Amino acid sequence: MSGSLFSSLLVVVMLLNFYCIGASRLRALIRAVSLQGVVLGLMPLLVHGSATADLPVLHVVVSLVTALIKGVVIPQLLLRALRALPIKREVEPLIGTVPSLVLAALATALAIVFGQRLAPASTPGAALVVATALATVLSGFLLLVTRLKAVTQIVGYLVLENGVFVFGMLLVEAIPFFVELGILLDLVVGIFVMGILIHHIHRDFPTGQREDPS
Amino acid sequence: MSGPTVLVLLTIALPLVIAGAALLLRDNARRPRLLPLAAGAHLALTLALLILFPTTPDPSSPSALGLDPPGAIVLLLVSVLFFFAAIYGVGYLRARHDRDNRLFVACTLAVLALLTLVATARHVGLAWVAVESTTLAGAPLIYFNRNPRSLEATWRYLVVGSIGIALALLGSFFLGYAALAPAADLGAHAVGAHDLGPAHASLLYDDLLARADTLSIPWLEASMVLLVIGYGTKMGLAPMHTWKPDAYGESPGMVGAIFAGGTASGAFLVLLRSLQVADRAGAGAFAHDALIALGLASMAVAAAFAWREPDLKRLLAWSSVEHMGLLAIGLGLGGAALFGALLHLVMNGLTKGVLFLAAANIHRAYGTSLVSADTATHLGSAASPGSPAPPGPRRLITGAIRRLPVSGTLLLLGFLAAIGSPPFGPFVSELWLLRAAFADHVAVGIAMVVLLFAVFIGMGRTILAATQGAPPPPPDLPRGPIAEASAPPEPFKDTWLTAGPIAALMALVLVLGVALPAPLARLVAAASTWLQGAP
Repeated sequence: MSGSLFSSLLVVVMLLNFYCIGASRLRALIRAVSLQGVVLGLMPLLVHGSATADLPVLHVVVSLVTALIKGVVIPQLLLRALRALPIKREVEPLIGTVPSLVLAALATALAIVFGQRLAPASTPGAALVVATALATVLSGFLLLVTRLKAVTQIVGYLVLENGVFVFGMLLVEAIPFFVELGILLDLVVGIFVMGILIHHIHRDFPTGQREDPS
Repeated sequence: MSGPTVLVLLTIALPLVIAGAALLLRDNARRPRLLPLAAGAHLALTLALLILFPTTPDPSSPSALGLDPPGAIVLLLVSVLFFFAAIYGVGYLRARHDRDNRLFVACTLAVLALLTLVATARHVGLAWVAVESTTLAGAPLIYFNRNPRSLEATWRYLVVGSIGIALALLGSFFLGYAALAPAADLGAHAVGAHDLGPAHASLLYDDLLARADTLSIPWLEASMVLLVIGYGTKMGLAPMHTWKPDAYGESPGMVGAIFAGGTASGAFLVLLRSLQVADRAGAGAFAHDALIALGLASMAVAAAFAWREPDLKRLLAWSSVEHMGLLAIGLGLGGAALFGALLHLVMNGLTKGVLFLAAANIHRAYGTSLVSADTATHLGSAASPGSPAPPGPRRLITGAIRRLPVSGTLLLLGFLAAIGSPPFGPFVSELWLLRAAFADHVAVGIAMVVLLFAVFIGMGRTILAATQGAPPPPPDLPRGPIAEASAPPEPFKDTWLTAGPIAALMALVLVLGVALPAPLARLVAAASTWLQGAP
C-alpha cells in the first residue's frame, strides 16, 4: 500500500483528472480517460507494496479485466461513436475551462483534507488513496454536470466510476470480490455507449428538445 | 442449504426462468399470458415462505440470502402488486398488440425476480447488485413506446440512476472499510485484514449488526451520507428526483405502478437496513437528520410542481415523490415512526398501483394524458405514444368518469386514498407517521401537515378536472394510439382484464384502511421492533 510506485500511480490518476477537465478536444479527453483506465489496471498488482512473491491470482485477474475494459474496450467504443456520428470534435463545456479547473482544484483540496482526517493513522498510504478516490469522483461529477454532449457525459461517468475503483484498492486485499462489483458499473457505461450508437443521442437534452429524429 | 434459502432461491429463479421463456416464445399475442403465470406462482411461493418460516433472521447462522421482517413486508407488497399488474398487463398488451412485447414481458419478469433479490439480500454487496440490475432491467420498460420522448426519459433515468448507483457503491465500499479500518488501526500491516479472520471482512448485515460496536464511526457516517444520496436517488427523493416525472410520464402506466410501488420500495429497504447498522453503532444521527430534510424537501417540491402539472401521469410521479418523502421522514424520525413508515410503504405501493393503472386506461381512451392545455413549460405529452398527433383541436382529458365509469371512478378513489383521506389505507399510515412526528418533532409534524394539504389542493385541481364534467364529443375519441391507423379503431372500454385488477387493488387499499388484518399488523410491528432491537 505504501509502495512509492503505487503512490505515484495515484498522483498520475489525479493529474489525469485535471487533464480531462482541461481538455478541449473530444479525442484527447477519451485518450486521457483510457490512460487513466490502464493506470487503474496496474494498481491491484502493486497494492501489496513491493511484495510480488505471493501475488494472489485474483489480483491479476482484477488487474487485467480493469485495464482491458476501462483502458481499451470502452474508449474504443467511444471513439467509434465519434467516428460514426456527426459529433463536433470540441467539448462544448457549460462553464469555461478555467472555472472548471478552479472547481476541480477546490474539489481535490477538499478530498485531500477529507482523506487526511478520515484515514486511519496506522495505514500510511490510505490517506492518499482516499484523497485520490474522492478527487476523482468529484472530477467525474463535475464533467457530468458541466458538459453538454452525451459522449462527454459518459467520459465523466467513467471518471466518477474510476474514483470508486480507486477507493476499492483499500478493500481489494480483504474482500476482492466486492471490488469486482465495480465491473457492473462498466456495464452501465457500455449500455450508454450503445445507446449513443444505436439511437444517435448527441446530448442530454438540456432544453428538453431532441435535435435529431430517430 | 436450509429450507427457507431453497424457497427464496426458487422465488427468485422462477420469474427469471419464465422471463427466459418469454424471450424464446415467438407468439406476440400469447406471450403476455406468461406475466400472470409467473406473478401468480411468485405470489404463491411468497405466501408459502411467509407462512412456513419465521421471518426473523437467526443471528447465530448469518446468511447472504434470507428473510428479515422488513424484507418480508417488501416481498409481500412487490408480489401482490406484480400479481395485479400482471393480470392488467395481459389486457394492456392486447390493446397494444401492434407492438413487439418480447423485451417488455421479459424485463418485467426480470424486475420481479431482482426485486425479490433486493428483498431477501442480507449482504451489502448483494443488495447493491440487485438494485443495480433492477435499474438496468427497468430501462427497456420505460422505452416501450419507442418514440423520442420515451428515449429521452430513458436516457435521463439511466444517467441519473447510474450516478446514484455509483455513489451507493462508493457508500457500500465505505461501509466495508468501516468494518476493516479498526482492524487496520490495531496495527495490522497495511490494510492486510485478510489474516484477521473472515468476520472482519464479512459484509453480511447479520455480522455487521453483531459487531456494530467495533465499526469505525467516521467511516460509517461518511458511508451513510453516500448511501442516503445513492439509494435516495433510486427512491426519487428531491433533489435527486429529476428522472421521475419523465420516466413515469413517458412509460406505460403499468411500469409506473411497478416503479413507484416496487423498485422505490426496494431502494427504501436497502437504506433501512444500512441505517439499522449505523444506528446500532451509534453513527446514524446525521443520516436521520438528512433523511428528514430530504423528505421535507421532496414533499415541498412535489407540492410546488403538482400545482402546475397538466399531465396526469407526471402528476402521479409528483405524488410518488411526495410519498417517498413521507417514507424518508418516517425513517429519519425513527422509533415509533418506523411502524408508520413500514405501514405506509405497503399502503403507498398498493395505492400507486391503483392510480397508475387507472391513469393508463384513461390515457388509452383519450389518446393523451394531458388534463389542461397549459403545456408551454413541459416537454409536451399531447401526442399519444406511437402515433402522430391527430389533426384538429388538442384533446384533453375531461369527464373521465362518464367516459370510463370504472377507471375514472377508481382514479378518483385512488386520489382520495393517496392524499390520506379516510377510510383508505394511507390515512391510517399517515396518521401513525404524523402522531410520531408530533410526539418528538412538532415542527416537522406541522410542516408535514401543511405540505400534505398543499399537495392535496395541487393534485385535486387536476384530478377533478380530469374526472368530472362532460367528456369530449365521440368523433374525437377513437383516433389515437389504440390501433393502427388503417383499421377504424373501436373506442377503448373498461374490461375485466384492464379494470378488474385495479378494482381489486382499490378494494385492498380500502380493506387495509378499515381494518388492518392481524397478520399484517403483526408483521409490521415485528419489523419495527426488530429494526430498533437492542444490541
